[in-house]
Amino acid sequence: MTWEIVIGLEVHAQLSTSSKIFCGASTAFGAEPNTQADAVSIALPGVLPVLNKGAVERAIKFGLAVGAHIAPRSVFARKNYFYPDLPKGYQISQFDLPVVGNGQLVIHVPASGKTEAYEKVVRLTRAHLEEDAGKSLHEDFHGMTGIDLNRAGTPLLEIVSEPDMRSADEAVAYAKTLHTLVQWIGICDGNMQEGSFRCDVNVSVRRPGAALGTRREIKNLNSFKFMQQAIDYEVQWQIDTLVNGGAIHQATVLFNPDTGETRAMRSKEEAHDYRYFPDPDLLPLDISEEWKEQIRATLPELPQAKQARYENELGLSIYDANILTASREMAGFFETALAASSPDKGRAGGVEAKLCANWIMGEVNAQLNRDGLDMTQCPISAQQLGGMLQRIADNTISNSGAKEVFRTMWADGGEADAIIEAKGLKQVSDSGTIEALVDEIIAANADKVAEYRSGKDKLFGFFVGLAMKASKGKANPAQLNEVLKRKLTG
Amino acid sequence: MFESSLQQLGSALRARQISSVELTQLYLDRIAKLNPELNAYITVSPETSLAQARAADARLAAGNADALTGIPIAQKDIFCAKGWLTTCGSKMLHDFVSPYDAHVIARFNDAGAVNLGKTNMDEFAMGSSNETSHYGPVKNPWDQARVPGGSSGGSASAIAARLCAAATGTDTGGSIRQPAALCGISGLKPTYGVVSRYGMIAFASSLDQAGPMARSAEDLALLLNAMAGFDERDSTSLQRDKEDYARDLAKPLNGLRIGLPKEFFAEGLSGDVAHAVEAAIAEYRKLGATVVEISLPNSKLSVPVYYVLAPAEASSNLSRFDGVRYGYRAPDYTDLADMYEKSRAQGFGAEVKRRIMIGTYVLSHGYYDAYYLQAQKIRRLIAQDFTEAFRQCDVIMGPTAPSTAFKLGEKGDDPVQMYLSDIYTIAVNLAGLPGMSIPCGFGAANNGNPGMPVGLQIIGNYFDEARMLNAAHQYQLATDWHSRAPNGI
Amino acid sequence: MFLANADVRKVARLARLAMGETEIETARSQLSGIFALIAEMQAVDTRGIEPMSHAQDVSQRLREDAVTETNQRELFQSLAPKYKGAPQVEAGLYLVPQVIE
Repeated sequence: MTWEIVIGLEVHAQLSTSSKIFCGASTAFGAEPNTQADAVSIALPGVLPVLNKGAVERAIKFGLAVGAHIAPRSVFARKNYFYPDLPKGYQISQFDLPVVGNGQLVIHVPASGKTEAYEKVVRLTRAHLEEDAGKSLHEDFHGMTGIDLNRAGTPLLEIVSEPDMRSADEAVAYAKTLHTLVQWIGICDGNMQEGSFRCDVNVSVRRPGAALGTRREIKNLNSFKFMQQAIDYEVQWQIDTLVNGGAIHQATVLFNPDTGETRAMRSKEEAHDYRYFPDPDLLPLDISEEWKEQIRATLPELPQAKQARYENELGLSIYDANILTASREMAGFFETALAASSPDKGRAGGVEAKLCANWIMGEVNAQLNRDGLDMTQCPISAQQLGGMLQRIADNTISNSGAKEVFRTMWADGGEADAIIEAKGLKQVSDSGTIEALVDEIIAANADKVAEYRSGKDKLFGFFVGLAMKASKGKANPAQLNEVLKRKLTG
Repeated sequence: MFESSLQQLGSALRARQISSVELTQLYLDRIAKLNPELNAYITVSPETSLAQARAADARLAAGNADALTGIPIAQKDIFCAKGWLTTCGSKMLHDFVSPYDAHVIARFNDAGAVNLGKTNMDEFAMGSSNETSHYGPVKNPWDQARVPGGSSGGSASAIAARLCAAATGTDTGGSIRQPAALCGISGLKPTYGVVSRYGMIAFASSLDQAGPMARSAEDLALLLNAMAGFDERDSTSLQRDKEDYARDLAKPLNGLRIGLPKEFFAEGLSGDVAHAVEAAIAEYRKLGATVVEISLPNSKLSVPVYYVLAPAEASSNLSRFDGVRYGYRAPDYTDLADMYEKSRAQGFGAEVKRRIMIGTYVLSHGYYDAYYLQAQKIRRLIAQDFTEAFRQCDVIMGPTAPSTAFKLGEKGDDPVQMYLSDIYTIAVNLAGLPGMSIPCGFGAANNGNPGMPVGLQIIGNYFDEARMLNAAHQYQLATDWHSRAPNGI
Repeated sequence: MFLANADVRKVARLARLAMGETEIETARSQLSGIFALIAEMQAVDTRGIEPMSHAQDVSQRLREDAVTETNQRELFQSLAPKYKGAPQVEAGLYLVPQVIE
């Protein structure tokens, strides 16, 4: 009998505001402990929250990007529990009326050993604004825990999916798509090491067609690799438990990357009773149609729309379109390079697009990887690359010449035309010159010509070699082939 | 000097007939003499006050003085004042020296007023007799065997005993009006949102409102001018044009329509209070007002509704007192949970713990709808009653409290009896309306005990403070209850 | 509305208030009285009534996203509670008994 895996995600995306969600303290990462913990962050008696407009804008932006409902009125609630990193004894969050509801995300699940690549729609239940807690540091305080409240009050968007995913691959594809999207629309820096994008994964298993099984929540996964490992382990553990006659109990579990195992948290799992109620210090958040439309106007073209355009208008493959939209920087680089490669055309397409895509996914990516750089640090600008691609397209340089230009550009900078000139990489494409050159060779090798004409086709390569040598390697290969073939045939 | 109005004190200061330092010293001396008996102040800091007085004198000398520059004003210990011990009447904050100023404190500082000290109060403003203060009960200057009311009992007692020119209070369910009534002074709770709550230690955030306490309505208007105003740090602070609350004081009352809620004159109201209030209404008729009976049918539910909503909010507001970053931490504990539980059990007094328990219970799983949500719905019905009533009248009047000041310890064992002291004041907070209390006579003397002050409550429509102050001032021009002082003080 | 000691114990635990058995008994009796008072509102028909959370029907004002606060750690941590005479801060951190995850 088979098992069906059911996965839903709760992702906490830290919103990229400069100040906290309810006060004017900085959100910068890495400051000395508690130096960004102002009166509100440490919950002094008498202080009050005031909502950050930048956080709301980012939430709306996200909602619009996933085609969700933006609540015209949403409400902040208090979630009450005691924990030393939660200075007020409650977290301000949204409960009954979240700012974003009912969206969806299209994910591309890559091919694996078992399955072909496919697309899937994951439904988003909601996304709500809330404040982050501080950090507990357990080391080095002679048996005490140290509390740093710099992070307390940092704005989070908690994005909750429906339990629509059926494998670890789908869960990871969803998380990656979401990760790309939040950075793409500029609401989150996506830095997983710094905790800007944290995933809680709810996992359960069931027999196909059966009711949902009891879920366990894997908390705070901060890498896609760990997510994959944690889900794989957890699923196997749940199946083993059930097969051996055990039962799954709802629990919060942590993943240990060193052992590759998940384990239930040790803290007493007392029945949580968060006593949610509307925060009397905050009024209902009203979002007008007008504001929503203003924000919609600032949305960039989204990855999914770009992918469709690359496929339909530029004739690229799904695979290429996906890679080129892995980040907004990548897509921007591609589009700028493509435009620069064919400045005379309204919109480049077809051959130029494929050439451009191949160069970026090939040489550019490979060189970035070798140098340990990301797209934003690429030493060659998209304009520079486009200039070079233009010279490939108009036959000024050959492919091998282009590689030479690229290497030079990467190392020393400079524009393609200047490098071509300085290195004498220009192809001979002048038909008169090539014809004269071919005539000379034919005249000087009458015997070989005769052999060729009598059927020894293999000699063609011999003539190409001679002609290239005579042109010092600069003859346009396609053109040379064409002329040679014509003249040899007689 | 102790009988002067704020207006008169301001004039004397500006005319340099007296300096702020002299005036402040006069009050400090009087506090030193009388406070050990009355316990109206938790903290007095003569050097700090006198330094402020010197700065005020410089400002007076420079000729850029405000109405309140140089006037010593006492602050309820619920307001955070930078450099001042700010206890909120609790052991939990026994050593909390505030690192910042509440908006109200900053407003008075900007006006050049002198902070004369921090007045005693029920712990975290939870109480109607001032007996829940960790710093001991406050005595009523009219009879020291009796309570001054609460929670702003220290402020009320200090004003009545002339231990300050005026004071601040806060009112969540009657905490300005009820002690004002019991101590024979005037007090005003403004419309919710008129005075910023920033820096005012929260009890029940959707009900808490700061307001002035003084001897006369005229003084209240001057104080409210300083206290009111938009503050961007409080999300519930209302953005309104600045107004002069004294602008209508002199208006005659011809045509003023007074609504008398029949529910406020029913069972539970003591005869002497009813008598004094009825006499006051008769005086208003003489002043040209007309009287109409109105009904606030849901007001009888205001006590139960309040004792769900206020503790619910309080239980959450008081969670920050955990002994981690400031405040009281238990001397001995075994682990984190033990530290929390002991610090809070030892740092909070019985009434505060009781309310935290009520609030925790009504919000907990399975009870929310039956208690919290139901209370919020009835809150709307109560507010709608007032909307309906104000179609028929301009102001509503009635008793502030069902009886005059009761004896210390009299209601100590029975929280429900204590809660019923606020039966006429709570509905106003639930609706967010402005309400005030002014002295309107004295209750019956018995067994050699003097008659205790009675308060007349005036409830206005939203933002109608100027009209209420006008009604109160005209009454105070015609009567002298507000200028009576306790014997022997 | 009658409360059992178990209810009181549960609430005390949720509210992080240490209570001995006699306190629990006293609290039970007082809270029962208060809940009897509160029970008066149960009879009211509130169908169709919108709950009222705030005194004014206004919407949340928003703050521009700007850093306005500066570091006041020294001042704030001077307020830190002491344990056996020692302020419970170290290396800029607030100290609490070990938290177990």
